[in-house]
Amino acid sequence: MTDLAVNHDSDLHDGSHDDEHHDHPSDWFYIKIALILAFFTLIEVGTYFESVHNAPEWAMYAVLTFLMVVKFVMVGAYFMHLKYDTVMFRRVFIAGIVLAIVVYVIMFLAYNRFGFA
Amino acid sequence: MTETAVASEAAAATDHGHAHQSSGHDTSTGISNNKLMMWVFLGSECLLFGALISTYMLYKERLPDGELGPSDVFDIPFTSLSSFVLLLSSLTMVLALSAISRGDYRNFRIWTLTTATLGAIFIAGQIYEFTVFYEEGLGYTTNIFGSSFYTLTGFHGVHVSFGIIMLLAIYIMHRQGRLNQDKAETVEIVGLYWHFVDIVWILIFTVVYLFPQPESVL
Repeated sequence: MTDLAVNHDSDLHDGSHDDEHHDHPSDWFYIKIALILAFFTLIEVGTYFESVHNAPEWAMYAVLTFLMVVKFVMVGAYFMHLKYDTVMFRRVFIAGIVLAIVVYVIMFLAYNRFGFA
Repeated sequence: MTETAVASEAAAATDHGHAHQSSGHDTSTGISNNKLMMWVFLGSECLLFGALISTYMLYKERLPDGELGPSDVFDIPFTSLSSFVLLLSSLTMVLALSAISRGDYRNFRIWTLTTATLGAIFIAGQIYEFTVFYEEGLGYTTNIFGSSFYTLTGFHGVHVSFGIIMLLAIYIMHRQGRLNQDKAETVEIVGLYWHFVDIVWILIFTVVYLFPQPESVL
């Protein structure tokens, strides 16, 4: 991902219709992102198979959550252009995500989902 | 007017001018109101899907003994295929936007229709999955797992269906000559919605289908 972040500038081109103050990446760059997302999805699906499925539950949760977050961020940053667009859009979207996380963590606590009580 | 007031007014005017120039939108914020509205809507959608996913997570482990549960009905290879289809549709959506942004209308039409078709394939897969689950005995009111599962994935399916309608709408608008390179932002806004639907499926696929399930009791 770091390589992509560093090298993606070479994939940028000046769109003839630049409606925001950002450059759109090239089609090839989007294809590379999709291939990476597909690879991560393959790893996720791989956890379904019996040999991996017998791994400790905490490890399964950790790996799957990590891959889920990485895929989420990649789609948001590159396909939804949050990486290139004005910071206002990013703030609005992240505010919704943070609010949702806070509300539902409180709900889980109320239902003792984490088993603290 | 004092010198300070004049200076600050001039600075404000310069800032506004810069914002306007940099974004090209004649709005008080300097950014597109339509796009901002879509982002606010998507932010609020996070709460909706957060509620549905949380409810599912709470209820799936509260199944009474002997009830049909996730590990009894899920077909992971099939759902994985559906996930790849939706992921691919996100790529074709962004390629459609890229095409119209550079005035390549032929590719815009191809990618827009491809995206709508992939969305329709995903919905067809979901209908098939629901039918199989129902035949295996899991109805909407069978148990607490069935209710929360169908509500969550059904709401997502409805969102995908609305996305398909929007894609067909922009295709028809383009065919009628009402959507061209100058209005690429409309395609971008529909694209934002479509990618959001994909993002939500990324969460659902992991949390609902792939996270370790409670053991089957049947």
